Amino acid sequence: MPVIEVTNLRKSYGGNDAVRDVSFSVERGEIFGILGPNGAGKTTTVECLAGLRHADGGQIRVLGLDPQREHDHEQLRQLVGIQLQESQLPDNIQVDEALELYASFYRDPADWRALRDGLGLSSKRTARFGKLSGGQKQRLSIALALVGNPKVAILDELTTGLDPAARRETWDLIEGVRERGVTIVLVTHFMQEAEHLCERVAVIDTGRVVAVDSPAGLVNRVNAEQRLRFYPSADLDDRLLTDLPQVTAVSRHGQQVLVTGTGDVLGAVTSVLARAGIVAEQLRLEQTSLDDAFIALTGQEIS
Amino acid sequence: MTTATATLTRIEARLFLRERAGLIWGLAFPAILLIILGALGGKKHDKDLDGLTLAATYVPIVIAFSIAMLALNAMPPVLGSYRERGVLRRMSTTPVPPSRLLAAQVMINVVVAATATVLVLIIGRVAFDVGLPGQAGGFLLALVLTAAGLFGIGLTIAALAPSGKVANAAGAITFFPMMFFAGLWVPRAVMPDVLRHVSDYTPLGAAVQALQDSARGQFPHALHLAVLAGYAVVFGVAATRLFRWE
Repeated sequence: MPVIEVTNLRKSYGGNDAVRDVSFSVERGEIFGILGPNGAGKTTTVECLAGLRHADGGQIRVLGLDPQREHDHEQLRQLVGIQLQESQLPDNIQVDEALELYASFYRDPADWRALRDGLGLSSKRTARFGKLSGGQKQRLSIALALVGNPKVAILDELTTGLDPAARRETWDLIEGVRERGVTIVLVTHFMQEAEHLCERVAVIDTGRVVAVDSPAGLVNRVNAEQRLRFYPSADLDDRLLTDLPQVTAVSRHGQQVLVTGTGDVLGAVTSVLARAGIVAEQLRLEQTSLDDAFIALTGQEIS
Repeated sequence: MTTATATLTRIEARLFLRERAGLIWGLAFPAILLIILGALGGKKHDKDLDGLTLAATYVPIVIAFSIAMLALNAMPPVLGSYRERGVLRRMSTTPVPPSRLLAAQVMINVVVAATATVLVLIIGRVAFDVGLPGQAGGFLLALVLTAAGLFGIGLTIAALAPSGKVANAAGAITFFPMMFFAGLWVPRAVMPDVLRHVSDYTPLGAAVQALQDSARGQFPHALHLAVLAGYAVVFGVAATRLFRWE
């Protein structure tokens, strides 16, 4: 049974549909990404999941419970940890105080000291929230989402505003969390993040799911061209390459040969070159990225 | 869940102390004000002040000052900023509802107000010979109703203010006229009749008179108790109805 199941979710604010039709399911122990441009309805979707907003239509099940029903929602608050966008703590609260406080909210909390040390906050125990850097605040926020020993963690725009190094560190942390058996829903608008972390991704655009697949699956779906660049070790007749069914075009930039094609173009080109006794020097393969796939799926750049 | 409430109250109390303003204006300042006025007035019983010393006149006024400071100036900006910054919203995703945070805030401020009241009574008694309240039951009742009314108004301000800054301004705007009618600048005994009648219907005017009457051994007037109870009910309901968590 999936851990999370969303069917035909709909939510509008004053006549504007923020979420028109969103369906997906999340399996136990996976990192599931919700990807989409700004204003696509990602945050509204997870807020409905978290029971913070009342859906106008559709069905949600989290761990078999309905977050839209108050009785179920009460149970879910023990089981689901949430890191919200733009949610803060009082400036004057210390790191240890915040952790101790949030731990006291749960029936069966995690050891918050271990969590703090594991997230690299041991040197900041008495630092006030207002004095922490963006990365440290984010780590504390993750710690608070996990302090209740949740079965599901929902993380919204986790690394927005972090520098690249802090972002990488946060990714490592998320993978560590998954290893504890926590199912993770990750809202993001960073392609790289989705590619790096997520087993599967739902692409949401203007309130609808346009695709649910693995990052690689999404790339394959758009079946775009691949590009090969290399320097031939000897003179090369272009026809050798253009005759191949996988190749769509060949061009030259000085000494460099650029081959575009589909399918296993790399295998076809290298074997034909080998037969001709030519070595492809500095061979590079450029593949469609998740970015390209995203643009193909939604017709727009991500941000 | 009791541990959650205890931890929440303990940590909110630490934040309150770290802020300092509540302690200075709600506790230290009223005590200092009484010491200064008591020293100025001396032992003289003033005919114009219904035969009371200046210190005795000001004991209920500085008690009202402390409660109003805490309920109107200390608490609303904190709650306003908690909402503005998503502290309440964040808490609503946990098993403990954010209403507990409100309860903890009210409790901490009430405890400080109670401490200030005791401190002011002791200073009055020890330093300026002001007798302890003769009608203790009436005095306590007046205190409870005053606190209920004022904290109701403070919570309503916190409910309506979109931010900590607005709550701060709104609290100050309510505070000064109320303290005027409480007699901070012109004690009720020397107010012109018209002003005193208006004062009877303001929360702190009614509060100071009810406290003064019970201090002198009489049970407070029904009018003043009814006015205080009225404010408590109206603003208690308003705060509950209007409070938004995000």
